[in-house]
Amino acid sequence: MKLTDTIKLSFSVLRTNKVRSFLTGLGIIIGIAAVIVIMSAGAGAQSLIVNQLNSIGTNLIGVLPGASDENGPPASAMGVIVTTLKYDDALAIAKEVPNVVAVSSYNTGIGTLSWQNNNVDATYYGVMSSYIQVEDTAVAQGRFFTDDEDQASSRVVVLGYHVAQDLFQDQNPLNQKIKINKEFFEVIGVMEKRGVSGFQNNDNIVLIPSQAAQKIMLGINYVNFIRVKVNSSDNIGRATSDIRLLLRDRHNLQESKIDDFNVRNTVDAIKTLSTIMDSLKFFLVAIASISLLVGGIGVMNIMLAAVNDRVREIGLRQAVGARRLDIMIQFLAESVTVTLLGGIIGIAIGAFISFLVAAIARYLGYNWDLIISPLSIALGFGVAFVVGLVFGIYPASKAAKFNSIEALRYE
Amino acid sequence: MPALIEVKDLKKEYVNDEVVTPVLFGLSFKVEPGEFVAIMGPSGSGKSTLMHILGFLDTLTSGQYFFKGRDVSNLDLDELARIRNEEVGFVFQAFYLLPKTTVYDNVKLPLLYSNAKNQDELVRQAIKEVNLEHRIHAFSNQLSGGEKQRVAIARALVNNSSIIFADEPTGNLDSKSGNAIMEILEDLNDDGHTIILVTHESDTARHAKRIIKIVDGLISENYVVDQRRSAKNGGELRK
Repeated sequence: MKLTDTIKLSFSVLRTNKVRSFLTGLGIIIGIAAVIVIMSAGAGAQSLIVNQLNSIGTNLIGVLPGASDENGPPASAMGVIVTTLKYDDALAIAKEVPNVVAVSSYNTGIGTLSWQNNNVDATYYGVMSSYIQVEDTAVAQGRFFTDDEDQASSRVVVLGYHVAQDLFQDQNPLNQKIKINKEFFEVIGVMEKRGVSGFQNNDNIVLIPSQAAQKIMLGINYVNFIRVKVNSSDNIGRATSDIRLLLRDRHNLQESKIDDFNVRNTVDAIKTLSTIMDSLKFFLVAIASISLLVGGIGVMNIMLAAVNDRVREIGLRQAVGARRLDIMIQFLAESVTVTLLGGIIGIAIGAFISFLVAAIARYLGYNWDLIISPLSIALGFGVAFVVGLVFGIYPASKAAKFNSIEALRYE
Repeated sequence: MPALIEVKDLKKEYVNDEVVTPVLFGLSFKVEPGEFVAIMGPSGSGKSTLMHILGFLDTLTSGQYFFKGRDVSNLDLDELARIRNEEVGFVFQAFYLLPKTTVYDNVKLPLLYSNAKNQDELVRQAIKEVNLEHRIHAFSNQLSGGEKQRVAIARALVNNSSIIFADEPTGNLDSKSGNAIMEILEDLNDDGHTIILVTHESDTARHAKRIIKIVDGLISENYVVDQRRSAKNGGELRK
């Protein structure tokens, strides 16, 4: 039997039994759509995170307190308070490590800001004067604090864009005294509008000198983390190891002792995150594949029913000269046609849902890319074809084994 | 020129769970090209089994079957399928048309499995021979019983078969439609087609030119209609 006749015949059988064909392919439609959506959403999320990391800059190095090994992140990142990283470490990095452009230490706390009768809750950051260079940002109004003001624990504050608006509405905040918790600070500047970076809205924070944060607000003598900006991403590997050696030396760590800090750069972070996202994505695809397995069993079930319904037809085809192989190919072609059509519909539905996800994410303010890779479409087709073939074999071989005389007599 | 069909001491038995059931006990006869033979016999006599063997739907247990002089007693399933496709046409009592399929596509069915050229022409010619051109695009469920059987006859003709086997072709038809079908078969025979008719009705069998009667798996009579002669065509008369 010619291939074109086989394909025509398959479509004619599907047309004749539209509802049954649709139900046969439904499991495949859902399974393929799920795979497409998961792969697309995974790629979108991955791109979002990578873009955000890139927007921070690929020439940034982060130093976290506490040891880290291959098994996990440093303890400080898990919420454990580690006090080994100091303000002076940041100063030393700025002074001694080559290719370093700017360094800032960070302390964070939550405070209630008040001015006159207005109160706003915000996160305050104790940072160094190089913060502007490290974060690649700028002051929109007034100025940032100086190194001297930092060293002197001056009570000055630079407000995030939204905080300034919420606290002062239309009035000029400059030179006003506000209270952070119970401490007075003078507003010397307002940051430009910065938006969301990482998972934080930078317009909802306020910035005070690092020393003021430690001594006045928190009463501590350590920093939460340090960020270092290097002149070029080409030098980031070298700078990372220089910082490590410097800090080991400063912390008097013997050779046998592991680091009590952790140095990470954005390039490594992007690599690590991409690996994690890939694993997660394929894990989810594996779960979605279970629905394809169930869909495949559905195909087999309905094809078996179809074979039983068409015993006489099989007998007739044999009587007019169909070989067993012809019968087998015919039923295989039918199951593959059903699953391939299901695959096409599934890909279309999956693409549509992925489009909706991207549209909603963008509406919510995320820079979400709609990514439907050719690989996922090829995978969808491939899986649909294989499912049709694998789960069609048993019904097809059953059909091919009928004895034509018995088949013609079948009631 | 060899006989179209020649069987020698053809025996058939069915084995089911080690129980052997003999059906045909050693038949020998010939069918020449262009003959119209009716195989008659009561129900259970073995006439349908004989037709299935002669039509390559089944195989014999022992004996010999020569088709156009070639020994076809021991062919494999694919070879049997090929011969059915190229040499044989069947007309069944229950028509066996494909449901929800047009007359054209039903008639074309055997050609799907052959390499014949000009298939469209062959299909239209076969439909013309049974006078159904006006119903060529009708679906099988829209046809009367007589029309369905004419479609089945066209399907048996489409591959230019050497022989047409008709198994109780009038069994599901009223007498008028039945007669019309038998007249078509007669006309086809007049045009040179060899026809083997299986029936238990003498009224239907009278259209044939020779009658082979089978009783209990043996040929009881083999005679030419009207002259009631036996053995003229190589058959044996057993009573």
